[in-house]
Amino acid sequence: MKYVDEFRDAKLGQVLAGEILAEVDPHRHYKVMEVCGGHTHSIYKYGIDDLLPDNVELVHGPGCPVCVIPMGRVDDGIAIARQEGVIFTSFGDMLRVPGSQYTLLDAKAHGADVRMVYSPLDALRIARENPEREVVFFAIGFETTAPSTALTLKRARDEGISNFSCICNHVTIVPPLKALLESPDLRLDGFIGPGHVCTVVGARPFEFIPADYGRPVVISGFEPLDVMQSVLMILRQLSFGRCEVENQYTRVVPREGNLRALEVMSEVFELRPHFEWRGLGFISQSALKLSDAYREFDAEQRFEVPGMRVADPKACQCGEVLKGVIKPWECKVFGTACTPEHAIGTCMVSPEGACAAYYNFGRYARQKETA
Amino acid sequence: MVDPANHIAKVDVVGVRRKINVGLLADGEGNGPEPGDWVLIHVGFALSKIDEEEAHATLQLLQRMGAEYEQELDELKASVID
Ligand code: SF4
Repeated sequence: MKYVDEFRDAKLGQVLAGEILAEVDPHRHYKVMEVCGGHTHSIYKYGIDDLLPDNVELVHGPGCPVCVIPMGRVDDGIAIARQEGVIFTSFGDMLRVPGSQYTLLDAKAHGADVRMVYSPLDALRIARENPEREVVFFAIGFETTAPSTALTLKRARDEGISNFSCICNHVTIVPPLKALLESPDLRLDGFIGPGHVCTVVGARPFEFIPADYGRPVVISGFEPLDVMQSVLMILRQLSFGRCEVENQYTRVVPREGNLRALEVMSEVFELRPHFEWRGLGFISQSALKLSDAYREFDAEQRFEVPGMRVADPKACQCGEVLKGVIKPWECKVFGTACTPEHAIGTCMVSPEGACAAYYNFGRYARQKETA
Repeated sequence: MVDPANHIAKVDVVGVRRKINVGLLADGEGNGPEPGDWVLIHVGFALSKIDEEEAHATLQLLQRMGAEYEQELDELKASVID
């Protein structure tokens, strides 16, 4: 595939590995956080961590949209899905996220009409085709996905589709990063910036990281050479004493982002005063809800929801994984009570979750072999 | 473009023809994507136009790094130190 295969060239990967090795100070330990779950997935899929020197550690960040959904929100979704006449839609991996009792797929097995969709526009089409039913879309995702939901809602309004509504769980990436930077548990040397979020928001929202916290950020693509080159760019900033937001993913990310997408988002959404993140607790101004102009499409207004906060299961350490404080395999239930087939936590559900990525690409088995 | 009013276009995704929404690329002044453009697609929406020049520039930089490395290897192989 064009613009994909070229960025998977194994030989150039080796060359980059050599350049990285030449750049590191052997007496120093480097911790670089990849903010986005898409990067975590690539890192394990292509074994990028194996190509890096031992003293360059990649730490997984909070940027997996499914992983950060708290149990109470899943319960709210299930409560709506079980109501008479409702068709409940969301992305496939969201349907497998455990709530306090069970998942949305379990609710489906018990008779609720729960359907997997690829796009919010599929959910809108289902609404158009079933005017006598209430179609609800459980929206998740960072700024990458929020514009798509926004445009879908705009179209629903333009078409006058009145049986469509949305449970908005869109979150924003900057507040949890700020929280991480403020926390004393984690000493990070730099950030691999979330390329796809940046196609929408641009580079500017990340400038506070070098400016206020003195850490370099490199906005990165998702192919193995992209990630390797970004690591090299971060190391070079560190060794030359530079500290700024650089863009490795220039083929996709314009510095100012996608203005049209930002405009649609600001029309349809507004900031929530606070939102609960799985394992991270409440973070203020970190999520979106529908604006007053779109109130009629807000499922939380249209339906009764329990709106309860449910504590994470005791054994679950997703919060620590999302903060990069522990590695997936350090969670006590990893690979035993918690597997992709029977997940206890969210990080095991989404392919972007660190636990699932680690488990699925056979890292766990290898780790045990060498131990 | 199959449905300009709703910004629906047909694209080729690894050999499969699919309809996607390109409304996030329209700037209202007719500067939307053109046939032949490469776009980044997420949940049925084109999110960004791929800048071919930038893609080439990044690749060239990587390949140059590779070439320098090969050359160094060759020089290393050619050197005979007694
Ligand atoms: S192993 Fe399961 S419970 Fe533990 S952190 Fe990973 S997803 Fe969460």
